[in-house]
Formats: sequence, structure tokens, C-alpha cells
Amino acid sequence: MEPSIQLSLRTRPEPDPQATEAVTLPTVAAPARHRIAPGLLGDRLFRFSTALLALLVLALLLGFAIVLAMESRLSLVKFGLSFFTSTNWDPVNEEFGALPFVYGTVVTSAIALLIAVPLSLGVSLCMVELLPQWLAARIGFLVELLAAIPSVVYGLWGIFVLGPWLRDAVDPLLARYLGFLPQFQGPHLAVSLLTAGVLLSVMIIPYITAVCTEVFRVVPQTQREAALALGATKWEMIRMAVIPYGYTGVIGAIILGLGRALGETIAVAMVIGNRPEISASLFLPSSTLASAIANEFTEATGDMYLSALVELGLVLMVLAVVLNAAARALVTGVVSQGEGR
Amino acid sequence: MRAAGGGPSSYLYRKLKSRLMMGLTLAATVITLLPLFFVLAYLLSKGVTSLNLAFFTHLPKPVGEPGGGMANAIVGTFELIGLASLIGVPIGIGAGLYLNEYGGALSAPARFAADVLIGMPSIVVGIFAYAVLVRPMRGFSALAGGFALGIIMIPLVMRTTEEMVRLVPQELREAALALGVTRWRTTVSVVVRTAAAGIATGVILAIARVAGETAPLLFTAFGNRFWARGLREPIASLTVQVYTYAISPFADWQRQAWAGALVLTAIVLALELGVRWITRGRLKPLR
Repeated sequence: MEPSIQLSLRTRPEPDPQATEAVTLPTVAAPARHRIAPGLLGDRLFRFSTALLALLVLALLLGFAIVLAMESRLSLVKFGLSFFTSTNWDPVNEEFGALPFVYGTVVTSAIALLIAVPLSLGVSLCMVELLPQWLAARIGFLVELLAAIPSVVYGLWGIFVLGPWLRDAVDPLLARYLGFLPQFQGPHLAVSLLTAGVLLSVMIIPYITAVCTEVFRVVPQTQREAALALGATKWEMIRMAVIPYGYTGVIGAIILGLGRALGETIAVAMVIGNRPEISASLFLPSSTLASAIANEFTEATGDMYLSALVELGLVLMVLAVVLNAAARALVTGVVSQGEGR
Repeated sequence: MRAAGGGPSSYLYRKLKSRLMMGLTLAATVITLLPLFFVLAYLLSKGVTSLNLAFFTHLPKPVGEPGGGMANAIVGTFELIGLASLIGVPIGIGAGLYLNEYGGALSAPARFAADVLIGMPSIVVGIFAYAVLVRPMRGFSALAGGFALGIIMIPLVMRTTEEMVRLVPQELREAALALGVTRWRTTVSVVVRTAAAGIATGVILAIARVAGETAPLLFTAFGNRFWARGLREPIASLTVQVYTYAISPFADWQRQAWAGALVLTAIVLALELGVRWITRGRLKPLR
């Protein structure tokens, strides 16, 4: 091949024996629309190197799993399943049980979903079914801005604005009307499970809303018209045609939001108080898997301590992989089915 | 639905219920946008009053001494972004090209891996970078921080590149190939050049995303109260600095945290909004 190609117009050189021989080599089948005569060293090299990069991405995911498993092997071997059933997180005596963090993660994520799911559904239905296109586009843009704000900024706002406001304005109301439940008893603190959950809900709403909007948009117009022709009101149309059609996609969106909530680190670490405690009250501090890693990793002395923290990360990674895979499968199913019509 | 008169199935009742529910969706929209308004309002009101020239030109002062700035953190953030781009951009673009232009047996698993990596909690990426770079190199470093952010960039750049080159009309490729241009020259000079603007905006959105990351830097780049003298030294970043100052008990540091958060948000939003303005909303960030 000529080393300097200034013009992109040039004739293909005569196939040399080496290139024709290369044709017979087994190659990965290209899609029909791309099929050209293979050969030419440059082509092979370029194809090979991009394939290598794609392989690298795949290897990266495997690398994550291997590295995290290796790094947490001390803790995996020593504690086994009791890692998840023990509430004793004691770095001094090197006894590690992750149950408090699992509890904190589950409770904050549950609060976040409880708030974010109805709001997200409301926003996306409002954008798709109620508002004119131009206004919906602007609202959609603002909702996406929520996802653009860095999580450390949310954390800062959570510490100085949201937390104190919840403590002074919301906690007393909850205690007065729902105080018969253990979740709403005890002292009110600004750093708490509730603050973390509410902050998380704000942070995951844009993700759930974006997917739900996409899903509702692909509901065929004929479905809506059929419902309306039968005499349904707008809300009945949504309940009979839009939501059932997009049901799987909505579930996928919720799972995606859950994945985000579980893994969010800094904002939660800033407002949850970071105490490995299981308390029924949502007004008290706790800690999550992710916030514990952020908070303790650089202070971890000793291999066992570090290994236990990495195991928390391993748990997070497995959860994220499973949830993301499930969510993507559900959402792509609905969206591609809708777009195929 | 029976259209009987009166009771819960009457036309009036159904219509009112529909109105009420649609009103609720509108209320949900307003409630959802309130936090955006409040976060930005507090950022502006608390951040602007804390900003001054020293913030951009001075190093942090020791504990207890008022004043000082985050000059090193601002520079550090850009340095980390640069390092991350060195890793994330070439790998992401190359892998993205493979997915659309060659699309062999590797593409389905690679696409799946990218989607899963996009959803990977960033703190996990931090642990990975710690195990792969920080411990072997025996210390926190700018390199490790850039590596962690670069890993986060790879799947984002990869997927937008794939989307963008998919939009290149097939006829352009065929025209180039028909003129006898080799396959790889077609990809580089025709496909990539046609999609260049889209790929570039994808890269900028990925940069905006990692510029706001804190968790993967905590135990890779770590933070530094002074100027980093090399890539093998710990380096400050706006996000980690804001985090450290925000959870500190000192009023002056907390004040500076707001200023830092304002600058950080301004950088991130400028990148995102700039891209959206240029592409008129055609390209949305992957998340």
C-alpha cells in the first residue's frame, strides 16, 4: 500500500497473491450491506484493532468481576454468608457484617422509589398525553437537567437545605400523623435515612421519567383512538391503552432507577450520617453499601478491613449488572416492538 | 364501563375523575421541577456571594485560616478530564466504529458490556482503579484518577459513536468503495468525517458526565492541598474539594464549598447546554 494517500480517489491496486490468499482465511461474517472484497493489509489491520478495542470493553467488565472478587477474597473466605446476616461491623476486632449497610441501601432505595415512581409516571404521562409538543419538549429538557447536576452538588444542597427542612418541617408532620409506626418515632435529625431517600428520589426521577416517556411515546396511536372511540375518557384511555401497552417498559424504567439509587454514593454519603446501625426510625442516621465504601476506604487499615469494603463493592457490582441487564432487556423489548409498527 | 345515569359510572363522574388525574400529572410535573429550581437558586445565592478572585487564583489555606481558593482543584479537574479523554476517547471511538462498521460476532456482547458499564456505580470503578493502579504504584496519583474517569467515559463514547456513524448514509460508503477506496480509508475519511460533529458532541457529553464525578476519585486521585508536581502525585479536583469542604465543620470551608459547587455546576451545565444548543437537542446524553 502506498504510504501517502492525499486523494481519496485512487484505483484499487492489482490483487497481489498475498491478498487473494487472505480471502480464503476464515473471517467473521460481515452483514450483507457491508460486504466487500476483503483483503488489503490496511483493512485487516484496522478491523483487527477496532475489534480489539471492542474486546477490551468486554474484558473490562470481566476484569471488574475478577479484580473485585480477588480483592475481597479474604473477607469472602472468612465470613462467607454470615457477611450478609451479621450486624457487627467492627474494624477494631476485624469482624465484618454488612447487614446494616444492606438495610440502609434497601430502605433509602425504597423511599426513593416510593416518591420517584409516581412522580415520574405523572411527569411522563403529562408530557406525552396532556401537554402540547413544544411545551413537553421544554419540560423534558428541564427534567434532564436534574440528571446533569453533579451528585456532590446534590449532597451539598442536601446537607444545608433539604436535610434541615425535612427535620424542621416534614419530620414533625410525619411524627404527628404516622407516629404510631416505629418508622416515624424518635428524635429528628437532619442527616437521616429519610433525607438520603428523598434526595435519591430527586436524583433518579430523570432516569425513570426519560424511559417512561420513551415507552409511552411508542404506544401506537391506534390503541388510543380505539379506547377513545369506545367512549373512554382521557384517564380511562391511559389506564386501558397506554399503561398496559407500556407496562413492561415501565417496570424496566423502575428497575433502572433502582439500579441508580443503589449505586449512588457521594450524595448519600453526605446526608445519611454514616453510622452502621439498624434503626427502625427513618429520622436517624444509617449507612449504605456505597456510602460505607466512600467513607471508610481511605481509612481502612489492614487487609481484612479493605477486603470487607471491596466485598461491599462486589455486592454493588453484582446488583448493578443484574438490574441493568434486566432493565435494558425489558425496555428495548417494548420500544423496538413499538417502533416496528 | 356502563353508561348508566348517576353513581360512580356516570359520565360526569368519569369526566371529573379524568380531569382530576390529569391535573395530578400536572402537579407531579411541578413538584418534580421544584428541586431543580431550589438547587440552582441556592447555588446562585450562596455561591455567588462566596466567589471572589482569590477563589480562582489561590491555593487552599490551612484549617482555621480564612481565605484561600481552589485554583489547584480547578486546574486538577481539567487535568483529570484530559487524562480521562486520552483513555476514553480513542478506545470508545474505536470500539464504537467496530460495532457499526464491522459488527462481527463480538458486537452483541460488547454492546451488552457497554450498557452494563454505563450503569455501573462509579464507586466500583474507583475500587477497580485502586486495585489496578494505586496499589501497584504505591500511592494515589493523577494517573489513577484519570484512569478511573477514562473507564467511565469508554462506554459512553462508544455508544454515541455507534449511534452517530449509524446515521451516515450507506450511499456514502458505497460511493467511496465504488471509487476503489479501501475499507478502512472509507471508514476514517468518509464515515468518521461525516459523523465527526456527532462524535465530538458525544465526547463532550461524556466529559461533562465525568467532570461531576466524585466517588471514583476519592481513593485514586485522592486530593491535594497544593499543586501536583507530576502525574504520579495525588491531585485535587473540584468535586473532591467540594465534598471535603461541605462535610467539614468550618463555616469558611462550607462557604467555599458553595462557591466550588457553583463553578463545578457552571462547567458541567455549560458543556451540556452548549452541546444541546449546537445540536438543537438531537443528541441526548446517555445515562
